[in-house]
Amino acid sequence: MKSLNVELYRKMYLIRRAEEKIQEHYHEDEMKTPMHMSMGEEAIVAGVCHALKEDDQAFGTYRSHALYLAKTMETDDFFAEMYGKSTGIARGKSGSMHLSAINKGLLSCSAIVASNIPVAVGAAFANKYKKNGKKVAVFFGDGALDEGIFWESLNSACLMKVPVIFVCEDNDFAVHTRRKCRTGYDSICDVASKFNCNVFSESTTDVNRVYNLTSEAIRVMDENQKPCFMHFRYYRYLEHVGINEDFDAGYRSKEEYLQWFKKDPVALQRASLIELSVGEEYIEEIEKTIDSSISQSIERAQKAPFSDTSEVYEGVFKCE
Amino acid sequence: MRMITYCDALNEAMLQEMERDDSIFVYGIGVPDHKRIFDSTCNILEKFGSERCFDTPLAEDSMTGFALGAAINGLRPIHIHIRMDFLLLAMNQIANMISSFSYGCGGKQGVPLVIRVVIGRGWGQGFQHSKSMHAAFAHIPGLKVVLPTSPSDAKGLLIASIRDNNPVIFIEHRWLYWQKGEVQEEPYEIPIGKGNIVRKGKDLTIVATSWMNIEALHAAKILSDHGVEIEIIDPRTISPLDEQIIIESVKKTKHLIVADNDWIYCGFGSEVAAIVSEKCFGHLKAPVKRIGFAQVPCPTARHLENKFYPNAETVVREVEQMLGLSRIDLSSESFYSHENRFKGPF
Repeated sequence: MKSLNVELYRKMYLIRRAEEKIQEHYHEDEMKTPMHMSMGEEAIVAGVCHALKEDDQAFGTYRSHALYLAKTMETDDFFAEMYGKSTGIARGKSGSMHLSAINKGLLSCSAIVASNIPVAVGAAFANKYKKNGKKVAVFFGDGALDEGIFWESLNSACLMKVPVIFVCEDNDFAVHTRRKCRTGYDSICDVASKFNCNVFSESTTDVNRVYNLTSEAIRVMDENQKPCFMHFRYYRYLEHVGINEDFDAGYRSKEEYLQWFKKDPVALQRASLIELSVGEEYIEEIEKTIDSSISQSIERAQKAPFSDTSEVYEGVFKCE
Repeated sequence: MRMITYCDALNEAMLQEMERDDSIFVYGIGVPDHKRIFDSTCNILEKFGSERCFDTPLAEDSMTGFALGAAINGLRPIHIHIRMDFLLLAMNQIANMISSFSYGCGGKQGVPLVIRVVIGRGWGQGFQHSKSMHAAFAHIPGLKVVLPTSPSDAKGLLIASIRDNNPVIFIEHRWLYWQKGEVQEEPYEIPIGKGNIVRKGKDLTIVATSWMNIEALHAAKILSDHGVEIEIIDPRTISPLDEQIIIESVKKTKHLIVADNDWIYCGFGSEVAAIVSEKCFGHLKAPVKRIGFAQVPCPTARHLENKFYPNAETVVREVEQMLGLSRIDLSSESFYSHENRFKGPF
């Protein structure tokens, strides 16, 4: 119990601090890639990924710093890619929006809303075909629910009974437009439950609840072979793209944010650790280790060379 | 050597490859139904079962993304569409997802998938059942675009496409399905990116795509009777393109017509004209001429459709003009008519 909670905290703390470091350095204009920050959603990604087995697979969106870090727990390649260096994930080709770590099970992230959902269904089909027992989780925002391809994918997955978990991270906004301005139904879970899938829903910033619900989803999926649709509410702390707050833009209020921030997932989990009698010193030690490893990664990334410009022509097709 | 149809060559390529490699599966709307994609998917369901040969919901876009997911996770999908027009529903997955996948991960992961898609004219298909669009795909980096004309090329190129570790758009003209030709029984590959000299000649080069090779051959036969020898190049794959085979031919004949099975404007013919003017302009004795569809949506009525599509006569007239020949009397010539053997429906 304790060690599980420590692991969950470790994941979330890494994600939060890595992004805070991006905020700290972004103004230097050396990370020239549009940042869609994960702040606020850490509990969902950490909880779901921790419930999955290590070799289970995931797909994400352009807002996937959290997903990448939760799946890999590494920051060297991550920051090198943010800095566009030759040591980066894709040697500067992917930037912040197209993170992947294929050997760690993060197969791809896409910047076209909902477009990775069918790809995840196909990957899950391949796992079923090969009978390797792997699961696939695909993360997307509530904006993806507006896209036809989400419904096509849900339909096919339910029809074909492939082992995929649809994870809807609902922050109520598609860029700046609230869900109520975009949907002709009241509850996505009601609609999804009419499909032949298992539906789960939580509005929580408690990573334990996310972890437990996902573990339950996986258990049920193993039992009835039906895909899962999971719906999680969260609040996006920062602007749609960029590292700043945007409460002065008028489309949402700071009060709304503060209501959510009271239950901040990272702080909440830290408090849980204290409650579980994990010593303050031990927690600080974890934090220090992560902080120093992030700082080292940034330093390495800053010092790393850019690739030769001939790199632009590499990798259009598979490098054999 | 044994003669089989283009359709049977496609079918044989898939059956042989699926036998060899059990990571290959074939799917798409109507793939296992009684019409079997104009018979090209016969016997696959019977031989390999419904796990490796299946129908899908009417969801072209997501089922194309499905291919990407399967391909990056160890399988080799063949996704089939009976109309190019329907494949356009999947353009997001093709242009935004599939084509850039390898690049987005630094070339570490390939996308070994084949999208087989039927094009074709005829018998009142109208403007939503008749597109070719190959240039639109060739425009996008990260895709290979293949359009075989002969049965032998159909088999060898389909096998090469299946074995390729990258995405291939494989375009088949419906009228070619009944063409017969010599096809080797054993599996073989024809390399993607190698053109073919369909007919040797010294007076004028025609680069033709897909069905237009048949029209160009007919035109060449007529012109040969009048002392003009046409060289016909079938590039077979337009991305990558065998530029050298075209350039060498143009250097020899000094004249070039591109007969494309598509709209002319911003099309493959324009690309070939540009390449030739960049690389062997000094050898040309006349401006390059492009032949293709009329720049309108495809009409339905037969007489309008005949005006919309170029044929062997169009080719003959353009050659006459380019070489300054006197007008050949074609009144006794019978041109290919689909209606002679096809009474519909498609």
